[in-house]
Amino acid sequence: MSDTSESTGDAGAGESGDPDSPAGSDAAAVDAEEVRHVAELARVRLADNEVEAFAAQFGDILDYFEALDEVPETEREEELVNVMRPDEVESGLSQEEALSNAEETEDGYFVGPKVS
Amino acid sequence: MAADLNAFITEATIEGDADAEGPLAGATVAVKDNISTEGIRTTCGSEMLADYVPPYSATVVDRLTDAGATVVGKANMDEFGMGTTTETSAFGPTRNPADPERVPGGSSGGSAAAVAAGEADLALGSDTGGSVRCPAAFCGVVGIKPTYGLVSRYGLVAYANSLEQIGPIAGTVEEAAAALDVIAGPDPNDGTTRDLAEVDGADPDASYAAAADGDVDGLTVGIPTELFEGADERVVETVEAAIAGLESRGAETAEISLPSVEHAVQAYYVIAMAEASSNLARFDGVRYGTRSESDGNWNESFAETREEGFGAEVKRRILLGTYALSAGYHDKYYEKAQDARAWVRQDFEEAFADVDVIASPTMPVLPFELGESLDDPLRMYLADANTTPVNLANLPAISVPAGEADGLPVGLQIVGPKFDEETVIRAASAVEAAD
Repeated sequence: MSDTSESTGDAGAGESGDPDSPAGSDAAAVDAEEVRHVAELARVRLADNEVEAFAAQFGDILDYFEALDEVPETEREEELVNVMRPDEVESGLSQEEALSNAEETEDGYFVGPKVS
Repeated sequence: MAADLNAFITEATIEGDADAEGPLAGATVAVKDNISTEGIRTTCGSEMLADYVPPYSATVVDRLTDAGATVVGKANMDEFGMGTTTETSAFGPTRNPADPERVPGGSSGGSAAAVAAGEADLALGSDTGGSVRCPAAFCGVVGIKPTYGLVSRYGLVAYANSLEQIGPIAGTVEEAAAALDVIAGPDPNDGTTRDLAEVDGADPDASYAAAADGDVDGLTVGIPTELFEGADERVVETVEAAIAGLESRGAETAEISLPSVEHAVQAYYVIAMAEASSNLARFDGVRYGTRSESDGNWNESFAETREEGFGAEVKRRILLGTYALSAGYHDKYYEKAQDARAWVRQDFEEAFADVDVIASPTMPVLPFELGESLDDPLRMYLADANTTPVNLANLPAISVPAGEADGLPVGLQIVGPKFDEETVIRAASAVEAAD
């Protein structure tokens, strides 16, 4: 019934070169390399001192999240429905308004950084 | 005085409809800075949006001004709503009018402080895990977290969509309820809003202000032991005295148990961080927001922009959310959090079979001193133990002043069944009347 960490270790571990602990038992310990990896996935650059601080804090916070292991499996009766509206043309932002907060624009387009 | 508290990030006016008649004619309102205002910058308390000027207003802002209220400024807040103290704002912390050495609570701290200090008659906040009720409790004012789906989120800068609602803050229950009357109701621009005519048991003609009549004769108030355990003794005493006041006005109390709430804070943070990691992906510096001077490629520029634009708490939550959703950890954290959420929902449903409302301290602690909790995120997260269950269950709740302890405000939280705002408001107004 309870979802142990062993059962989560088999799938997906090889995907995207994830370096997460293969042992799985001591999951809450987070090292600097892991923080850097997650920061890269999230596209947030971190300063070295931030990496150190986060590694320490994440260990504590994830330890605390471990308590979720005690939660019984619950039947979820979510009344989720898609809410659709007719596909009709409505007034929206003008092109000028849509571009008004962009740092750089050209010929009515957003200009982004180079892709590679 | 205004400058001392730092309640506003931007002081700017949107005039209300001068011809409007009714309860909000001539009222002044402070709007939390994550709620869009056309032509007035909306920063979310972040460096990232320091110069962002929305080209449209949120539905709730249009409804307030149509009802005659005048917006007087954009209220200070924890960056992107992430915090319990309004200290993570890039524009400096707000101070608590009750004691300027203490925090006003968060994340709608500027909104609550503006009302408590008399700088606005009303305020709008947003409540993802308690962000309206917490600062209302710490500042000694009234804050309402509506049932999910009652108030439009169109124009609210999203942090955790499945949890957050915009709610009013005011000096009295009746004033807060009158503001809720104005902002509630379906919105074609927000598919998560509900038409009360189509909700079983809800009253589409409800008048929230009229419900503030102080009549609790025959009402049953559930007292969940779990939400009193571990709370500061001074808080518990003050809240118990306020509940005794309800009893003296004819309410009955019944001890109840909500075993699931022991796991609510963890479930809340996993879900909120997961949703935040996705929602905040929009801040890439290309379409809006600050952009770094980076010469790098798209990914490098994106990462550098976000390094410069986001504060520590926002980065912490994006990273933890990304981690909790990543391969190998999704089942361990996110799926278990969804189980906990369903469990919390069931617990409340069962409780409401026996009682009309549930009362507890809003916050288990007295207002923190400035700086006290900043270096210890876990301590700050734990302060949300009593408010987060309500967001997980999508229920309505109110924080009403219960009295003071050591000269500091204490809030009483009253929670009700879905779309039963009227009973929650009625019970809260009886707490005021019993003073």
